[in-house]
Amino acid sequence: MKLTLEEQYMLNGKYGNAAQKAMEILVTLGEIFNAEFMVDVYGVQIAGVSYANLGEAGLEFLNEMAEDGRVRVLTTLNPAGMDRENWQVLGIDKEFAKNQNRVIDAFAKMGIITTCSCTPYLIGNTPHFGQHLAWAESSAVCYANSVIGARTNREGGPSALASAITGTTPNYGYHLDENRHGQVLTKVNVPVKDTDEFGVLGKIIGDKLVELGKKIPFITGIPSATIEELKSFCASVATYGGTALFHMEGITPEYDRYPKPSDIVFEINQEDLEKTRSELIDDNLEIDFVSIGCPHASIHEIAKIASLLDGKKVKKEFWITTARPTKRIADDAGYSKIIEDAGAKFAADTCCVVAPIKGRFKGIMVDSAKACYYGRAKNKFKVKIGSIEDCIEEAIK
Amino acid sequence: MKLEGRKIYKGIAEGEALVTNDGISFYGGIDPDTGEVVEVGHELEGQSITGKVLVFPTGKGSTVGSYTMYRMMKNNTAPAAIVNEQIDTIIAVGCIISEIPCVDKIDINNIKTGQKLVVNGSEGTVEVK
Repeated sequence: MKLTLEEQYMLNGKYGNAAQKAMEILVTLGEIFNAEFMVDVYGVQIAGVSYANLGEAGLEFLNEMAEDGRVRVLTTLNPAGMDRENWQVLGIDKEFAKNQNRVIDAFAKMGIITTCSCTPYLIGNTPHFGQHLAWAESSAVCYANSVIGARTNREGGPSALASAITGTTPNYGYHLDENRHGQVLTKVNVPVKDTDEFGVLGKIIGDKLVELGKKIPFITGIPSATIEELKSFCASVATYGGTALFHMEGITPEYDRYPKPSDIVFEINQEDLEKTRSELIDDNLEIDFVSIGCPHASIHEIAKIASLLDGKKVKKEFWITTARPTKRIADDAGYSKIIEDAGAKFAADTCCVVAPIKGRFKGIMVDSAKACYYGRAKNKFKVKIGSIEDCIEEAIK
Repeated sequence: MKLEGRKIYKGIAEGEALVTNDGISFYGGIDPDTGEVVEVGHELEGQSITGKVLVFPTGKGSTVGSYTMYRMMKNNTAPAAIVNEQIDTIIAVGCIISEIPCVDKIDINNIKTGQKLVVNGSEGTVEVK
């Protein structure tokens, strides 16, 4: 690889151990994937934040990097294993909380903004079209590449941290035009609306891509989509299909930049939506947990929840998972009070995918296809998908 | 016999080969405290990879696997070196942060369990003694 003088200095240890280790990681990855040089990144999103996933080993590595490592670019964190202010109310034990805070302290020491959210693009780590990034968190990667038209590979925890410390990433994969072309023409022949249905659509397309061995769909037939619907779709298609980029005709910014694929065509009709929705509803279901906010709820979604819960009481454990800054807006706007008066709880900084809640509930109702996948696989819950309205109806029933 | 591959992470290590045709997931597939393969149904289930030259086609599973490798290095349960047919990012990053010599682009059919190997991660070679 051709490195700039500054990059060589980092590799040679002039800027300390963390920068050297970081540059070693990136140069090695660049050589594996035949990158010719590094590109500067605008921002970084780091995954591997929950102590439940990192363990002592991950924490030890982070502490070692934090000794002399400082980030060079805007860097935010994925959700942690708990709400940093409200963990006791949510039933997280003291030992876990202590260890989770040790992880966050290590990140903070490196100059990382400890927002702990899977939607960095909603809270100020907001790239523009064409900018290079090094993001982990598969749903955010998909959103950045597809909806914003920024450029990032699917990074893991250590490689994203390495890019934060060096401010660069090797130029390969989704950073290059040649790897961003649509591969499968996906015709949606039925109207799709709401976060849950966009999640169902994401699962249909994701499953099909795995079957075809392809990654990038070119989707037609969606006349309009909200940010919330797109974030739900991104989370789902990334979970089920490993997809980091899609094009949607008339919606995403790069849809007409590359040739429209025509050799592989895949059509989606009403019966496909119904069949896949039924796959996200388990039999013999007893719902004792409702959670909205996978990916993290936007202020628009919280406003909607507040209006639906106004004057009502929930009868089941009900979490709204969101980013701390979004929660603060909800506090100021009075939404939090309405929601908490109804008995629902905010779980900021965390989510039902990474919190240590395995086995704590029997059945979970969500509006997210991604949350269904992890609810089953990781937490051993039975699951049901429905719209936000359906979720609230279930909670107050 | 000297096999020519590609350097992934520097350093020279000598050890006994432990060869499998199954992929390896360090996260969940190996107990970092004992060095034992714990993945149910894995060809190496129940065997220890500690101090061995671990020879396998490629990595699989969660990216947390890189951190598991680091933990094994700290626990003195890590393999001495890694030889792959095709490296993946989890194993590559794991080797770098744990400083485990690693070479890929090797035809692993040329290596048998129990053979003495010298892995030269700086040159990208594997010598079968």
